Amino acid sequence: MARLAVAAGVVLALAFMPEYRFGLGKVFDGSLDSPGVLQLLAICLVFAGLALTYDLLFGFTGLLSFGHALYFAVGVYVCDIAITRWHWSFWTAVAFTAAVGLVLPVVLGSVSLRVGGIAFAMVTLAFAQAGAILVQKNPRRWTGGEEGLGYDFERVPQTFVGIPNTKHLYWPPPGYARPVGVVPCAATRWSPAAVWQAIRENERCVEVLGLLPFPYKLLAFALGSFLATLGGIVYMLCVGGASPDVTTASFTLALLVMVVIGGTGTLWGPLLGGALYTYLDRRLGDVGGSHAIHQLPGVLRVPLSQPLFLLGVLFILIVFFLPGGIAGLATRGRAGGRALRRLEAALRPARGGA
Amino acid sequence: MSTFVLLTITGLGLGAMYFLIASGLSLIYGLMGVLNFAHGAFLTVGAYIAWFADSHFTAIHSVTLRFVLAALCGLAAGAVFAALVELVLIRPLYLRHIEQVLVTVGLSLATVALIQGIWGNDSRLYALPNWTSQTTHVLGASIPNDRWIEIAAAVLLLAGLLAFLRYTRYGLIIRAGVENRAMVTALGIDVRRAFTLVFAIGGFAAALAGVLSGVYFSSVDPGRGTSLLIFAFIVVVIGGLGSIVGSAAAAVIVGLLQQYANYYASSGLGDLSVVLLLAIVLLIRPGGLSGRAAT
Repeated sequence: MARLAVAAGVVLALAFMPEYRFGLGKVFDGSLDSPGVLQLLAICLVFAGLALTYDLLFGFTGLLSFGHALYFAVGVYVCDIAITRWHWSFWTAVAFTAAVGLVLPVVLGSVSLRVGGIAFAMVTLAFAQAGAILVQKNPRRWTGGEEGLGYDFERVPQTFVGIPNTKHLYWPPPGYARPVGVVPCAATRWSPAAVWQAIRENERCVEVLGLLPFPYKLLAFALGSFLATLGGIVYMLCVGGASPDVTTASFTLALLVMVVIGGTGTLWGPLLGGALYTYLDRRLGDVGGSHAIHQLPGVLRVPLSQPLFLLGVLFILIVFFLPGGIAGLATRGRAGGRALRRLEAALRPARGGA
Repeated sequence: MSTFVLLTITGLGLGAMYFLIASGLSLIYGLMGVLNFAHGAFLTVGAYIAWFADSHFTAIHSVTLRFVLAALCGLAAGAVFAALVELVLIRPLYLRHIEQVLVTVGLSLATVALIQGIWGNDSRLYALPNWTSQTTHVLGASIPNDRWIEIAAAVLLLAGLLAFLRYTRYGLIIRAGVENRAMVTALGIDVRRAFTLVFAIGGFAAALAGVLSGVYFSSVDPGRGTSLLIFAFIVVVIGGLGSIVGSAAAAVIVGLLQQYANYYASSGLGDLSVVLLLAIVLLIRPGGLSGRAAT
């Protein structure tokens, strides 16, 4: 009950973000309703949801995919190209992108799920790499190659265009992250989810019990990828177009880092990890460029001014000392509290006796 | 005809680089079950140390001698870095494969970012001996000389590795470990020393690939390792994880296919066809060319 209240509180607090006229000191660069801060928060929320879709594959079902970026990039690029290059109306483009996001993972998933383990990771990496190369190659000048593709702002709903309207842009990301958060939440109470977790623990055992793992794995793959595509559409709106960064293998690795920092196989762990990673990645860069850092000697200044170095080190430390991520810390804290109380209870009669 | 010869030699040169990276990856995976994402970092570190040493050995006037000494520094740095990574980061997580992969992912992020911080985002030019940029005429084609160095280095490494694996005691332990690690341990042999050795060999070969990629592109940049690593992964999987000869064959196929498709079809199609080849090979023969199941 208490956890539900906390979750509701966070959702409410985030929902009214554009109305807050105060800042949080050094945490953000400006007051909470300023466009820059709102955009940062919006992107954090998109990546929070996206990390959760990756966790659906990696954490829940144990499918180590290195190609999740592909489905996110499909959302970003297909929607952008349909609007900007084919001059479709916004909602037609969104519907078309969603359809592609539904069909593509089913096709590619049914091919790549024929192999397991490292081979699966490599096939998904290969498909994603094919997507990245396609974007780089810029066929018919659709994708814009390395420069990316800004969207045609006349075809996007006017409430989302322009800096003064950033506060409207803030609505879709929580609108995306919340249902994405709800889907696995509902899914875990749903019988395929139990099979997913069983597949993660021991696939052979699932087969012995008389269930075919393939359809369940395909379902997880298709669901996670489809939700990632939806996230891509929202991200495209937030940043005003497409850039090839989201197609790279490094992008998928970043998702993996987010999920592990937050805690694999949990619901709010990846949400937290995704938001935290994105926030640190953007904010540490600003802090690294600040005056205080510039005055440090080179040995300290160079590593501190590289956000990815700090995040990489943080990630290694978490893998070593905090398996289960931030979510695992909370679980362990609770378990530790219980153990402590039990210990006290056990010691009490002994003390009384002495 | 002359274009075909040029494409073939260039493809072999590229394949040689892929093989240098893939051989280490393949040995590490075969023996320890670790998919090493930090391998690109070994490569980048080796290439940068070689560049750094080269720009500081100003007392040596012969460009060739200076470059060879600098390259040796880079190779040593790659081997030592890789051995340290194994000792400090991989060994404590012994037998926890997912965590080991995650640590190497984190390490590759951190190392590339650190190199960007120290030497900047832009590529750094290699000061190369003149003869590397000249050409040799073979069957009517003018072949840039650096291709020969790459091919020779890969062939020497392949021969050296095979001899090492076949005729030395440690080679025997590594081969046995790839076959069945539990049995080797049960026979009272400390396999962990072989782990460090395999990492050092892999780091050495990766650094060699880094230096040679510096010769090939005549510069080095922080993203070099990551971009080559993806193709090296593809080579390792096509060749079959754990098989050196399989990696060599796959590297030649991938390098040639990439060059031919890029030239005869359209540029960019070479990379795409390599990716397709991987998908096809995995679906028809999940164990790769050498037939070992990759699970």
